[in-house]
Amino acid sequence: MRTTGDRVRDITIRVWAIAAVIFLFVPIFVVILFSFNDNQGRFNFTWQGFTLRHWEHPFAVEGLGEALTNSLVIAALTTVIAVVFGTLMALALVRHRFRGRGATSALVFLPLATPEVVLGAALLGWFLTISVSTGFVTILIAHVMFTLGFVVVTVRARLEGMDLHIEEAAQDLGAGAITTLRKVTLPMIAPGVASAGLLAFAISIDDFVVTNFNAGQTITFPLFVYGASRQGVPPQVNVLATALLVIVIALMFVVLAFQRRAARADAAVAPEPA
Amino acid sequence: MRRRRALMPLALLAPGLVWLLVFYAIPVVTQLWVSLQTGNADDGFAQTWHWGIYPDVVSEYEDQLWRSLGYAASATVLCLIIAFPLSYFIAFKAGRWKNLFLLLVILPFFTSLIVRTVAWQTLLTDDGWVVHTMIDVGLLPENGRLLATRTAVIAGITYNFLPFMVLPLYASLERLDRRLIEAATDLYSSRWSAFRRVTLPLAGPGIFAGVLLTFIPALGDYINAQLLGSSQQYMIGNVIQGQYLVVRDYPTAAALSFVLMVVILVFIGGAAKLVGGRTLREATA
Repeated sequence: MRTTGDRVRDITIRVWAIAAVIFLFVPIFVVILFSFNDNQGRFNFTWQGFTLRHWEHPFAVEGLGEALTNSLVIAALTTVIAVVFGTLMALALVRHRFRGRGATSALVFLPLATPEVVLGAALLGWFLTISVSTGFVTILIAHVMFTLGFVVVTVRARLEGMDLHIEEAAQDLGAGAITTLRKVTLPMIAPGVASAGLLAFAISIDDFVVTNFNAGQTITFPLFVYGASRQGVPPQVNVLATALLVIVIALMFVVLAFQRRAARADAAVAPEPA
Repeated sequence: MRRRRALMPLALLAPGLVWLLVFYAIPVVTQLWVSLQTGNADDGFAQTWHWGIYPDVVSEYEDQLWRSLGYAASATVLCLIIAFPLSYFIAFKAGRWKNLFLLLVILPFFTSLIVRTVAWQTLLTDDGWVVHTMIDVGLLPENGRLLATRTAVIAGITYNFLPFMVLPLYASLERLDRRLIEAATDLYSSRWSAFRRVTLPLAGPGIFAGVLLTFIPALGDYINAQLLGSSQQYMIGNVIQGQYLVVRDYPTAAALSFVLMVVILVFIGGAAKLVGGRTLREATA
């Protein structure tokens, strides 16, 4: 029994949703469009015609290539460390009951609830107090610190949805703790670990605030763009940002395909849906 | 054997736990220590336990503190207004396009925050077509600007934190048992009162999580004020950043950052009291 009122409501909400999505994409269109802008002079603010020259020479700006390399290396190292440490923490929090479990959960959650400016300032204050000079290593330390919580939350969600009996069955059939972990638990939580890794990578490569506090003389991609924004951001930045977005989309499809396969494997193990 | 079992969780936790203690917990506490020093960056700082710095910084940067609260609150409300219908649409109406819409919501955020904000700068610049069009149709006065205004900064914050509102809202609406809404309408509740009395309360934890996840980072943000505003729109984050990295007055910066942290803990605590601890746990789980 649908009335005209219902239909109007449906259309309104649909238009609203589509408008909101367009709003989200407005700056992305600008970024992509201005990577083809034939700009004269330092500024890339007004459209002056189409060109491919920035795409042909994406690293023609001094320091940009180095900044991007730093960002990629830091993001990769952050992902590896945060995923290993975070997955171990998630295993401990879900599979074991111990004293201080609540406090540990809180410590994992708190950095996620702290504004970045406080995280960055606090860490810099600490490094100054213990006379550690800031640079590549301190950026890495900072990135692992604030991505760890995201990894724990993501892997934990996957672990909690997992059937404990399968692990028990493996142990009943004589598998040791390590074998069970390697052959049963890890393959089953792999999709969660993969999305946690993607999340950690994306957060690390994009971080500006905490990095800005703890970078010393090291320049990352976001720091480069921020520094350039005062004198005019070169279009090569738009080129690289567009290329990065395309790579991330491709990676996301890989993870998605991986999760689909895992979901099919899950369905094969437990034919009855919960 | 039993001893080994007891040590197992500790062994799993140790690396991550040590990392968080050394690079999060201790630094946050150290802020208090640093804030109570006196001196300058060239001659060094001495621990003087000068507690007077707290009333001093609060009165000196009162404008920026209130502005941060005002901007963050406005942006959070705007996010809620934009995100609720969007999340509702994705959860109930999008059908087989559900995953596509979710993907579209997070996709823009895989471009660097700085790059996106510079793109807004490009779009809202004084010579840009947006400003020209708005002047032509009379929405802006002659020589009117969008950049360096409060509107631009609040809009920028709203834009940058929108997904933090959409995702938890979507998650709570998605989990909602739709039979309850049907039951309400079957029992002669109007659509509006079913929404107000059933959907809205059940979406409570999602709204709560979304508000926390938007308001907290918005409160500390300084990128939007820096790139889309002017010193007239500076927030507390701009001051902390400037004092630490430019002026190098570490005690003032540490004191402000500690004040910000306390404001946020009070906010989380107050919000938890308001809605009950159970909702907070559900929202953050």
